[in-house]
Order: sequence, then C-alpha cells, then structure tokens
Amino acid sequence: MKVGDAEDNSNGQELSLSRGVQRSGGHYCALFAPRDPCLHPEVPTCTRRSVPATQPEQPRGSCRQQVPVAGKLHRGSAATGTTMEFSELIKTATVESVLLSCAGLPAVKGTLCITSHHLLLSSCPGGDAQPGTVELWLLIRNVDAVEKRLAGSSGTITLRCKDLKVLQLEIPGMEECLNIASSIEALSSVDSVMMMYPFFYRPQSLRLEEGWHLFPLERHFQQIASQTSQWRLSHVNQDFTTCPTYPPSVIVPAAVDDDTLRKAARFRHGGRFPILSYYHPKNGTVMLRSSQPLTGPNRKRCREDEMLLGTVLDKGERGFIIDTRSAQAAKQARMTGGGTEPKSSYPQWRRLHRPLERGRPLQESFMKLVEACNDTSATMDRWLSRLESCRWLSHVKAALSTACLAAQCMDREEATVLVHGAEGTDTTLLVTALAQVILDPSCRTLRGFLGLLEREWIEAGHPFHLRCARSASSHARPKQEAPLFLLFLDCVWQLSRQFPFSLEFSERLLLTLFDNAYASAYGTFLCNNEKERCLCKVKENTHSLWAWLNQPEERTKYLNPLYSHNPLVIWPSVEPQSIQLWQGLFFRWIRSSQHLDEAWAEIQRLVESKDPHAKEGVGKRLSRSLSDPAAQTENER
Amino acid sequence: MEHIRTTKVEQVKLLDRFSISNKSVTGTLYLTATHLLFIDSSQRETWILHHHIAVVEKLPLTTFGCPLVIQCKNFRIVHFVIPRERDCHDIYNSLLQLSRTAKYEELYAFSYNPKQKETERVKGWELIDLSEEYKRMGVPNANWQLSDANRDYKICETYPRELYVPVTASKPIIVGSSKFRSKGRFPVLSYYHKNKEAAICRCSQPLSGFSARCLEDEHMLQAISKANPSNRYMYVMDTRPKLNAIANRAAGKGYENEDNYSNIRFQFVGIENIHVMRSSLQKLLEVCGTKDLSVNDFLSGLESSGWLRHIKAVLDAAVFLVKAIAVESASVLVHCSDGWDRTSQVCSLGALLLDSYYRTIKGFMVLIEKDWISFGHKFSDRCCQLDGDPKEISPVFTQFLESVWNLTEQFPQAFEYNEAFLLQIHEHVHSCQFGNFLGNCQKEREELKVKEKTYSLWPFLLNEQKKYRNPLYNPDFSPELTLLEPNTASFNFKFWRNMYHQFDRSMHPRQSVLNLIMNMHEQNKQLEEDIKELEAKIKQRNGQLDAVPVKECLQSVPPALKTPPCFKKQQPLISVNDAVRTIEGSNTADNRYSEFVEEFSKAEPAVVSLEYGVARMTC
Repeated sequence: MKVGDAEDNSNGQELSLSRGVQRSGGHYCALFAPRDPCLHPEVPTCTRRSVPATQPEQPRGSCRQQVPVAGKLHRGSAATGTTMEFSELIKTATVESVLLSCAGLPAVKGTLCITSHHLLLSSCPGGDAQPGTVELWLLIRNVDAVEKRLAGSSGTITLRCKDLKVLQLEIPGMEECLNIASSIEALSSVDSVMMMYPFFYRPQSLRLEEGWHLFPLERHFQQIASQTSQWRLSHVNQDFTTCPTYPPSVIVPAAVDDDTLRKAARFRHGGRFPILSYYHPKNGTVMLRSSQPLTGPNRKRCREDEMLLGTVLDKGERGFIIDTRSAQAAKQARMTGGGTEPKSSYPQWRRLHRPLERGRPLQESFMKLVEACNDTSATMDRWLSRLESCRWLSHVKAALSTACLAAQCMDREEATVLVHGAEGTDTTLLVTALAQVILDPSCRTLRGFLGLLEREWIEAGHPFHLRCARSASSHARPKQEAPLFLLFLDCVWQLSRQFPFSLEFSERLLLTLFDNAYASAYGTFLCNNEKERCLCKVKENTHSLWAWLNQPEERTKYLNPLYSHNPLVIWPSVEPQSIQLWQGLFFRWIRSSQHLDEAWAEIQRLVESKDPHAKEGVGKRLSRSLSDPAAQTENER
Repeated sequence: MEHIRTTKVEQVKLLDRFSISNKSVTGTLYLTATHLLFIDSSQRETWILHHHIAVVEKLPLTTFGCPLVIQCKNFRIVHFVIPRERDCHDIYNSLLQLSRTAKYEELYAFSYNPKQKETERVKGWELIDLSEEYKRMGVPNANWQLSDANRDYKICETYPRELYVPVTASKPIIVGSSKFRSKGRFPVLSYYHKNKEAAICRCSQPLSGFSARCLEDEHMLQAISKANPSNRYMYVMDTRPKLNAIANRAAGKGYENEDNYSNIRFQFVGIENIHVMRSSLQKLLEVCGTKDLSVNDFLSGLESSGWLRHIKAVLDAAVFLVKAIAVESASVLVHCSDGWDRTSQVCSLGALLLDSYYRTIKGFMVLIEKDWISFGHKFSDRCCQLDGDPKEISPVFTQFLESVWNLTEQFPQAFEYNEAFLLQIHEHVHSCQFGNFLGNCQKEREELKVKEKTYSLWPFLLNEQKKYRNPLYNPDFSPELTLLEPNTASFNFKFWRNMYHQFDRSMHPRQSVLNLIMNMHEQNKQLEEDIKELEAKIKQRNGQLDAVPVKECLQSVPPALKTPPCFKKQQPLISVNDAVRTIEGSNTADNRYSEFVEEFSKAEPAVVSLEYGVARMTC
C-alpha cells in the first residue's frame, strides 16, 4: 500500500505504515482502506495533465529504451491513448471470491480488480466476519515479483512487494489466475517513466507545482556566501552539456571560471568535476565530491583539474581524497580509462582508500538479508550465519565509518575533503550525505534532511530509476539495481538509535522514504538525474513527495517527539556490538510491532503532555551536563 | 589486611581495552581491604570490588612496564600497565589472595556496614515473606497443603523448610519419592495458577536407571495430577537434551518411564548443561573482547559461541510450560538433573510469563527469592563466591536475567523494572555484599547466620527503586494473571550489549530515552509538588484577602504569583552516572573509525604522520 493512496483519506485510517497502527485490524489497517472511490480518483481526468506538445529529446540511459512506449502515449489523444495502452496489458480485470492473505493476519475474501496502476480487493459485504467493506489498494509498481502456483482448478499468486511485504491471492479458476498473474507482471514492469502513476495521480489537497522548489540551491549557496567569498554559484551546466548528471547550477571555487570547469569536466568520469558538497560553518573547511579522474593507462593529466583542486587549498594546507574503492580497484580502473589522482600531480592531496560495496554485491546482500528475514523458523545458528553471510551489517558499518572519517577530517583535522569513487553517483553520495548528517545539526531537522536528500541524492544525480527498479525479491536478472539509498537510510536509522534526541524526524519518515524510492505516487524519486527529469517534465506533471509531507497534519506524523536541538557533531559508535539490524524495516511485515508501537505512543504521550517549560528545562540541563566536563567523567563505583 | 603488601602505586597506565594503538590514561592505583581503586589524572575513579574479580593475569614485561589484566564477573575488563615489575607482582599476589576467599565469613557481606539501625536491618530481611507469596497464589487450598516433612531439612537439605505438596501426598509418599529422586529433591509446588487450578511443580531426575521404579514416586505424580481438577493429564518436562538424560540412566539416574506413570505426557526440551553454558559464555566474551572486531567476526563468533541459541532454548522451554498451563490447564512437573539450574530457569520464567505480579519490582524479588534462593540454586558454586571447583561455575542465573531482558525488549510496557534493575541484581549476585545470595541453599544460609550478620539486598533496591522503574510501565497492560506470549523466532534475540559491555561506554547509545523519560517523571513530580505548594499559598492568601479590601488586593499582587517558585527552585540534576549515558557528540578517538585516526591526534609534522597513515591504511 502506498503512501500516496492515503493522500486525502479523511477517515483517518493509516495506510502507509504498520508502525503506529493499532492491533484492532492489525496490519489490515495498513493494507486496506474503507471503500470510498471518490477519494481515489483511479483513472485520472486527463484534462488536468499537460501533455507535452512535442516529443521530448531522448533521455539518456534507461529512459532511452522506454521512449517507444512513451512515444505511443503521445501519438494518441491523451485520454484514450493511455487507457488503451494499459487495457492491452490487462487480460482479466476482475475476479470474484479471491482469498487474500498476509503473514500473521486473518485472510479476507473479496473481489479482485486490476486497474492501470492499482490492484484492488474489496471484500464481500457482510462476509468473513469483517464488518463492512475493506479494500486492498496496492500500487502495481510496488510489486517486485509474482509467483504463481496452480493446484487443480484454482491457483495461488504470491506477490512480493518492493516494500518487502508479501501477499497471497488464492484465485478460483486456473485461467483467471494465469491472466491475473501475467497482467500484474506486465503492468509492474512497464518501464516508461511517463507511464508511471505519478503522471496520473492528482490528489485534491495539493497543487502540482507545490514542493518542487522548496530547496533551491541558490538559497543554500547564499548561506555559504554569507560566511565566505571563496565559492560561487556556476551555471556552467545550464543546458546539461558539461555534465549530464549534474543539476544546472553547482557551487565551485570562486577563483575558477566556467571555461576551466568545462575542461576539468572532460577529465572526469561522466563529466562530474569536483564541486562543493558541504561547507562546515564551524571552521570553514569544505567537502567536495566528484567522479574519478580519467587518468587512464597513460597517466594522463589535466591542468584545469589540478588547478581546480589546487585553488581549494591554501599554500601548505593539506586535503584528503577519500576514494570509496580499494587501492587495487582504483589502480585497475586505469585500464578502463579511469583512475586516481597521482600524488605527483596533486601534491597537497593525500588519498585514503575506504572500499565500500555497491552494485551487484550490495544488491545481493540486500536480497540475501530479506530472504533470511523471511525465514522465521530458522534456528538461531542458521539465522546468525545468514545474517553474517549476507554482510549487510558490514556494509552499514563500513558506510558509517567512512562517513565518520570524512567528518573527522573536516571537524577535527580542519582539512578539506574530496570524496569520490568511480562514477561518483553512488557510494560518493552515501558518504557525503551521511557525513553532513553527522556534522551539521541543520541536516537533522525534518526540513534540513529533506533538503539534504534533494541536494545530495536527487539533484546530485543518484540514478534512482536504475537503482530502485527492482527490490529484494525480484526474479529478474539484476541489472543496475543496488540499494544504496536504503543503506543510507539504514545508517541514518543507526544514528537515530544512538542519538534518539538529535534527529527531528522519526523512523517513520525513513520507512516512507524507502517505500517511495521504490514505488511512489509522487514524482520526487523518478528518473536518474535532473536532465531526465527536465525531459520528462516531472516537475510539471507530477506531485512532489515533499509537498505531501509538508502538509501540517502529515508533517506531525513524521516528527520525533523527543527531538531537542543538539548543536554538536554526533559521533556514532561503529563497533559491531553497537550496530543493529533495522527490524522496523526488515521485519515490518513479519513480526507484530504492536507492543513497540504502543510503547512509542506512550513516550509520545509522556513528552507531549509535558509542561513546555519543563521540557525546555530538560534540554537545558542536558546541554549543561555536556558542557560541564565533570559531568562527563566516568564515575563508577 | 595481611594480604596487602603495596597499597598505592603511582604512574599506572589504564589502557583502553579496544584501542588499537593502546591509548591509555595515567593515574594512581590504590588497594584497599575491599576494593581496588584507580584514580586517573582527571580524577576519574574506577572502583573494583575484590569479589568481582574473576581472573587476574600478569602478562610478560614490556618496555612500558608490567601489564596486569583483571577480568571481572560483571564483565568489566581492565588492563593496567604498572611501571615497576615488583609493584605489579605485589598487586598481583595481593589480588590473587583477596579475590579468592576461602571462608564465607571473610566475604564482604560480613563486614559491610551501611550504618543502619539493627531494627531496620532485621526489618529488611522480613521484606520478602514466601509464605505470604504462596498465600497470594492461593495456597494452601483444598488441593494443596503446607508439608512439614522438611521442617528440619531431614528429607532434603537443599530445599527450604516450608514446602507445598498435594493434599493427597502423605508423608510416606513424600519420603519414598524423595528417596527415588536425585539429592532427595522430590516434586513440590513452585507456582500455582489460581484461575486454571494448574500447578508448576519442580523436582530432580528420578533414580530410574534402566528399569527401577518407585511406587511412592508414581503416587506422588498421581497426587499432583489429581490436585488439578481441570485436567487429569500432566506434563513432565525434562529440560535436558534427550541424549544427556539417556546417558544418566547408566549412572542409575535418568527420566520417567511413561509406562509406569499414569496420565503423564513426557517431554524433553533440550537445554544444555552448566559446562556447555560456561564454555559458551567464555567464547562469547572472547569474541566481544576482540580489538578491531569486524561485523562478520562478531556475528560468526556470536553464532559459534551458541550463547543466543541457549537463551532461546531456555525461553522456548518456558513458553512450552506456559502453553500447557494456559491452553490446556494442565499441571507441569519440571526437572533437569539436580533440579536447581535449568529447572529454576524454566519454572521462574514460566511464572513470569503467567503472572504479571512477577513483572513488578517487588514481585521480581519474590520470584528470585522463591525459585532461585529458597529452592537451592547453588549461587556460591555457580558464581564462585569461595575459591572452589572451577567446573561448578556457570552463568545460569545470568541467562535467566538475559531471558527477562529479552522479554522487556519485546514488551516495553509490561515490566515495572528496567534494564538497570537486572544489571544491579547481576552485580550483587556476584558482589557478596549482601547476604541473600551467599551459600548454596537455605540450610547453609541459616548456618552462616546470614539473617543475623548481614544485610538483605532487597530493601536497598527498593529504597532506590526510582532508578529501576520503567517509565513506560503500564499496569493496565497486563492485569492480574495476564499471559505474555513472546515471539521466540531467532531474530528476536539480541546481543545484550549493556550487560557484556556495561563498562565500555563508547559502545553505548549516546542519548538514552529511558533516562530522559525518567528525568521528566521526576520533574513532573517536582512541578506537581510546586503546584500544590502554590495552591496552598493561594488558599492562605485568599484567607487573608477576605479580610483585606479588594482595591488593595489589586494593587499588590502577591509576590509568589509574580515568579512561580518552580522556576527559581533548584531543579534536581541528573546524577553523574546518568549524565555519562547521555554524552552527546563524545569523542572521535573513542570511536576508532580507523587506525588512521590515532595518527591524527599526534602533533607531528602533518606530512610525516600522513604518509605513515596512508601506508597503514592501504596495506
């Protein structure tokens, strides 16, 4: 069930998450909503959609393959064209007496209905001891894998969702079962961005343009400019020609002109020349990010690139290059035209190699972990050995330690840091974003965190469309999928465990972000970079997730009641004993979280019923005990 | 004390246990009659009770001095480096003597003096009255009675004097049954469930060998099943692995033959013995103590130690027991070999799951007093209070506490007590500071005159119960006799960091929700008191005002209302220990992000240290 479907469900039913959902109705509250079709405008009225007048230029990467489908869409008249396309994929639209079951919950019988973007199940009125009619609204995009099993005249379809939920549909009639399965398969693998639900979803409470310009880079730059004049906002990438995966504007050293940037870009993988990622106001040190230099087997050099990195450091100052590959992998990259910055050409920079896993191994780690979590009958030894062999927690530890190292270089050593791996769109962003959460209190507010995501993940060109195309259960051969964003959210969750008062948002936000990155009613995580978003007119034709989250009644759901501003750097413990498995995510649909939810509600009640003055007092006293060195002594007796 | 040759050594280094580059603080080491004390240059104190010391080790001399490693029973490990070998040797020898007590009378409890009045001390021992507890359960009643058979410890030395047995179990049956049971530990009542009229009984293994029978013992079991009007069948749970039980038959012991006993259902539940548990914990501690531990080594070490598997086995057994009682209203007889280790674990956890009383602070004390202390869990042997057989040491009680902790994690609102309470009990089981856990059974405690000569732990814990209260506790969560149904799938069992790394602060969360809420509770109370005070003042004022013209009243607002005293008054500060847990930010060096970090901290020319760092990083 997608967050988006709940957008204006005035009944107050919570659809999005199991956390916070009361036992009465259990997970079904999360799965079903009372029928109210007017609240769910299933087939959007196309008059509201602004159809591009001309066919857009072919987007790069994955979008290229989808153009044929998208093209068809544009040829026909918008309204009929769309419905025609989808109806071709739907072999059977409705089946009666379908039994839906989900782990740990009573089964429900009802009518199954497939629409262009949703799978619906409405229970037979008066039947199955369920009062009234309940519905399952499942975004078909959320389906990761469809498994069918036929027995006699009926069949069972198992739907493994991208949010890790598992649903079972028992369908009478073999043909119906096969038809339903293949319809879901076809609809869930429609890969065209512009055919996706966000382009059709029109919640009544939001305006289309809302939320898309909440975090302009200009404002971010102004904050930096108010403290230093060493940086400028460059529009060198205005038309995406210098770097197709960078946003139109980037922050660069003031001393470097656009021409130098263009030349430096040619020396960097995918044109991702070094740009400012974070300015540390405490001591004025900075963190840059880029992709690998194209040193190649002939040890090419680029004067402009050397100059660009040289101007960042004063004479005698040192900088650190944190390479997220092993020294060997970085060396090997030279064979394929990549490489590292040689010491001789970049004398003030020192390279540190902190290998972080990405790509296929990371995706496999995720898949193995989810598989292990779904096997609840495993013995202790089996469980621990699977937890170990999937290596997920090792990746969490490695990501956190590397981010801490970057943060430490800046905060303690007052040194400039450049982070890059190979392409600079995956582990690089993981490290730079995480380091900012650790260093900068303003990234730990809800607004600041969303701004960070916008800046360091979305605009920075993390290829969400490729990386999140499939989740952990897909049987399709993994291509470009890798759960880097999930790994980032997991690391933030670890921080929230160790510093429960220092993040303004709660676990629920992290879960919502995970869900929406993989399947969403909103356009925020669509496409791979700003250029593609521009071509697909995402910002004109879809709603922003931020707009929805920013509605006052939604916003409060994602706040951490215990939050109190913590101006300090939050250094987490990265010992294996301190790193936990994120049960709220990986066991969300497996174990009942009723008791934990109730305890959380109790905490919320205790905190919020508090006299505001007293709460302030707690904050004050906390900070007092921090500034008082005597309070930090380990006085054990 | 005659064992102490050196009382003070200066310039001693205390090494950071996990630091790769042996980071340390320098300070002075003091040796007192009861404690080892280290005060570092910033006046931080580390106190170690001699009784807590499990192992003292002198490592080979290094260029910096002589290393001395002390492992404690509360899982603290300290690593000193003493400049002169002679001092180290003296300290080492003294600690060896001081930590290995030969006689009970030398234990701390017999010299501990909290400056309390004698009447209070006596009252402290009366705090927990087990006959009251049996009354609370609903016995004696028509089916269960108090037996005086063991009044003089004649039938079983390791049982308490007062035992509850079925009404139909006559003295000859009791005597006969006890002769057929290992160490004379015949079946007696451990817990009675009022609503189901079912009982948890406990005993030791029967001396059945390959074919022996005992009619009295068979009658005894029949009496137990007859004492339950709701279900004639009873379960007999042998908490050992089947293989162990079979092996015991060769030694003339064994398990009940279902053919000889009517109406019983026999079940093995497979909890390993004390030796397996001891070496399991040993392995776990080795893993946890490793420097620069990787996640995979930690997880594979956790797996191969088997520790969590054992915890799960204990809790699974308790869940089995509880189901028999709650679902089938059947009585259950639990035993292992001698009936004082695994049996205590399963009976007490079963009762805890069945009865919400044991989830209160007082109730938990009663539970420990009943199923562990009175029924003769051998605390002295298991916790090595006296210098004795190392093969008798086993973390059976620690496992019980850990099982309870796992339950508190699953049911955050069901328990009145918090983690600190469990940790504090664990601390004092080993500290020998209070009389409760001394010796191996009640008879021994009576001989030691524990109640005359020492203090009871419980009143002290109750006195500071503010610290041990779970702020989220909701008594309505589990009204009387509400069953807890834990999920015992493997993933629910977590490594208990705060137990095994209690003293490794850098591993703890930097902010504690529990402490925050507890402080808020305190403040709320304070504010409520202030409000009452103000209201009283207002009332008083109003009384005066009645006599004063209204005009005057308007001109002079009572000063008390101008600035409420609650904002002026000194608010209770977080105690130092709490503050330690709420360190935010902390220190990068504590966290060991990389060996490189240590290099950073040196004030050497940047480039040199960097080259070194890079070399270390990339090799």
